[in-house]
Amino acid sequence: MIRIEPRPPVSGTVRLVLPLAAALAALALTAVPLLFAGAPVFTAYGLMLKGVAGSLFAFTETLTRATPLIFTGLAAAVAFRARLWNIGAEGQLYLGALACVWIGTGMIDAPALVLVPLVLLAGALAGAVGMIGPAWLRTRFGADEVVTTLLLNFIILIFVQMMLEGALKDPMGLGWPQSEPVLDAAMLPPLIDRMRLHWGFPLALVMAVLVHLLMSRTVWGFRIRAVGENAAAARHAGLPVTRVLLSVAALSGALAGLAGVSEVAGLKGYLTADLSPGFGYAGIVVAMLAGLSPLGVVVAAVYIAAVFVGADSMSRELGVSSYLADLTVALSLICVLLGGFFARYRIVRVPTVDAGQG
Amino acid sequence: MSAPVLELSGLSKRFGAVQANADVDLSLGRGEVLALLGENGAGKTTLMNMLFGHYLPDAGHIRVDDGQGLRDLPLGHPQAALSAGIGMVHQHFTLAENLSALDNILLGVGSLLSRRKRGGAARAHVEDVMARSGLQVALDTRVSRLTVGERQRVEILKALVRNTRILVLDEPTAVLTPQEADSLFANLHQLAVDGLSVIFISHKLREVLAFSDRIAVLRHGRKVGEIATAEADERRIARLMVGAEAPQVERAPMDPGAPVLELSGIRCEAASARDRLSDVSLTVHAREIVGIAGVSGNGQAALAAVISGLRAPDAGEIRVGGALPARHTPAALIRAGVGRIPEDRHHDGVVGSMSVAENLILERLDGPDVQRRGFLRRRQIDAAAIAAVEEFDIRGPGPDAPVRLLSGGNMQKMILARVFRAAPKLILANQPTRGLDLGAAAEVGRRLVAACGDGAGVLLISEDLDELIALSDRILVMVDGRLTEAPRRDRTEIGLMMAGAAA
Repeated sequence: MIRIEPRPPVSGTVRLVLPLAAALAALALTAVPLLFAGAPVFTAYGLMLKGVAGSLFAFTETLTRATPLIFTGLAAAVAFRARLWNIGAEGQLYLGALACVWIGTGMIDAPALVLVPLVLLAGALAGAVGMIGPAWLRTRFGADEVVTTLLLNFIILIFVQMMLEGALKDPMGLGWPQSEPVLDAAMLPPLIDRMRLHWGFPLALVMAVLVHLLMSRTVWGFRIRAVGENAAAARHAGLPVTRVLLSVAALSGALAGLAGVSEVAGLKGYLTADLSPGFGYAGIVVAMLAGLSPLGVVVAAVYIAAVFVGADSMSRELGVSSYLADLTVALSLICVLLGGFFARYRIVRVPTVDAGQG
Repeated sequence: MSAPVLELSGLSKRFGAVQANADVDLSLGRGEVLALLGENGAGKTTLMNMLFGHYLPDAGHIRVDDGQGLRDLPLGHPQAALSAGIGMVHQHFTLAENLSALDNILLGVGSLLSRRKRGGAARAHVEDVMARSGLQVALDTRVSRLTVGERQRVEILKALVRNTRILVLDEPTAVLTPQEADSLFANLHQLAVDGLSVIFISHKLREVLAFSDRIAVLRHGRKVGEIATAEADERRIARLMVGAEAPQVERAPMDPGAPVLELSGIRCEAASARDRLSDVSLTVHAREIVGIAGVSGNGQAALAAVISGLRAPDAGEIRVGGALPARHTPAALIRAGVGRIPEDRHHDGVVGSMSVAENLILERLDGPDVQRRGFLRRRQIDAAAIAAVEEFDIRGPGPDAPVRLLSGGNMQKMILARVFRAAPKLILANQPTRGLDLGAAAEVGRRLVAACGDGAGVLLISEDLDELIALSDRILVMVDGRLTEAPRRDRTEIGLMMAGAAA
């Protein structure tokens, strides 16, 4: 028989090393399915590494992939800090993208200095609105935001499809359901010549730093943490709990909306219904891996992006299924959660006896 | 002492850096009532949890008499403890509210599907136990309709029908009126005469002295003393518990000043009695401590919620310092000068994962010394925290450590620091010493009296009658959402009023 007992708090260093160890453990565990697939394990790891950082192109591709994950990871991290379970970053991302093409495909003609901030703002606003609704329903009627935000994702995606077949459809698009291309002046320019990495990446880094400062240095961030950690005590202390939750909702939605703008105006140039391969949901994993720390989100997003990009290029060369990436991401999350568990508890063995005596 | 039925020897348990129990020996005779005393965190509950198999001791043995002499009890197995005849009644009841008293008593005994349970032998057995013990309960009534005292009887009967020979009670009188407590102990005494051995955990020196045969005192996880009750007195036990003379709060009457809190005709509608207030009127003056006595769940929570601003009354008026607060919210009442010490400090008082410094500013984030243009002024906040830690002697890992690492007493000191540093006109102290050890409780009382001397009015809500009598200028008794002023500060009289006997 075994039983679980609490253990004394671990040191700060251990808490920093733990997620890294968990990530490495997850990568190591990936060897098991690789073996089953009959792939040469060491070659596979080599190819993964080459795909992630083997060349400038490979490395910038990884960062390009990490960019939307940083935004959605931040969106999840700030909301979760306030115990507001925003599962709707995927939908808010599409709302941001929709606002971006609505403003950016010719409605307004202005120089880049005006138009770029404008589409960013519009996208953030659209995402914010998309999250304030569910948050209001929660504070007013107690509607579970996990359900409402999750279901809204599908509603929003279908709405986007409808717009792409109708009002926003590109007349020059040969019948494809896609929007008109975003004006050049509204595009986030590439960061390096002939690479796809764009200004959305530094913007994401700036947002991560801003969110970090917000949470640690401002009264607003203080309130968010207090409401999230103990809403009853926050209410007792006179904090405006409802207002704090609505403001967190707006912030979280805005960050997810920026992910949509960054993908459209930084990478694709137009909107299609397959803009995001689940960046909104992956953002939740990123936030959890980062322990909800805004700066940790950057590291976690790059890690998840690397797993996807690396597994992708490895699977192409070896003919192994690229679902391997999903497996590694899932393993990482499990390893981090287990690591967190063993940081707080330990398992003790108890000699087994026949309990029926006496 | 007769032949022992239970022997604990050398029990030790460590949780990380905390030595919860160290080398504790304890023995219990047949038919003996043993009181286990100690401050909070002294290791009483850990010891009982090891006896009951919830925790696995690091070292030591437990031996129980199985009829043919003492045998080793397998450690870490609750089922083994149960079948060895050890029963435990927890402080917080573990009853199924929607089942009858009988069903609750028989729950877990015999087959779940047995149809004969209600009628046949089982019922006769329970009735027999009731008759022998004197613990009477209406067996067919749903537990949700029973009073707290009756529920406790159900809990004890639940243990007794399993042929329990050793009964452990964890703070059994915490929720009872003095009269109910007396009758409980009378029943326990009867059971002990019939051969049941009892261990009860308590904080209340009075009942320990009145109802036990022997007293064992724990301090810092070690047994520091064991005396026959006949040879004990309050001073001697208190000295064993805290390791020094128990501090007494000096209370000289002061001249009351202007009213700081006036409630008139406050009414709160609610389905359950604990949230109901009927026409409550009350005035607290400056330099006055007004005590609210009552059995828990008679509307004290509603009264505290109204004065804290958490709940707007359905009718009636509340004035703080002579003025109506702008709105009925916690923030408005804090601004009007109400300092609040909440009943459940973990739930309402602190944000456990935030630091001491952060919790100290929780109620005054708008202050110019706390923030400038929305940014926290860390240096000022830290300096204020260091000063508060010094002034209020908040012991722990330091102002930057999460509050949850503080002990109960130090957490309460942190809350006192937050309240008193805001110089409130009225202090609402709801069960301010609950769960605190003698030293910390005396400190809270001293601080309340001192604040009173500085011109604040104090409304003290407590279930501890001795504390109310020691601290209050006037005492009002709360029964079923109504307040009645007690004519005298007399234990027996107030006890009867609490039970609703006199009005």
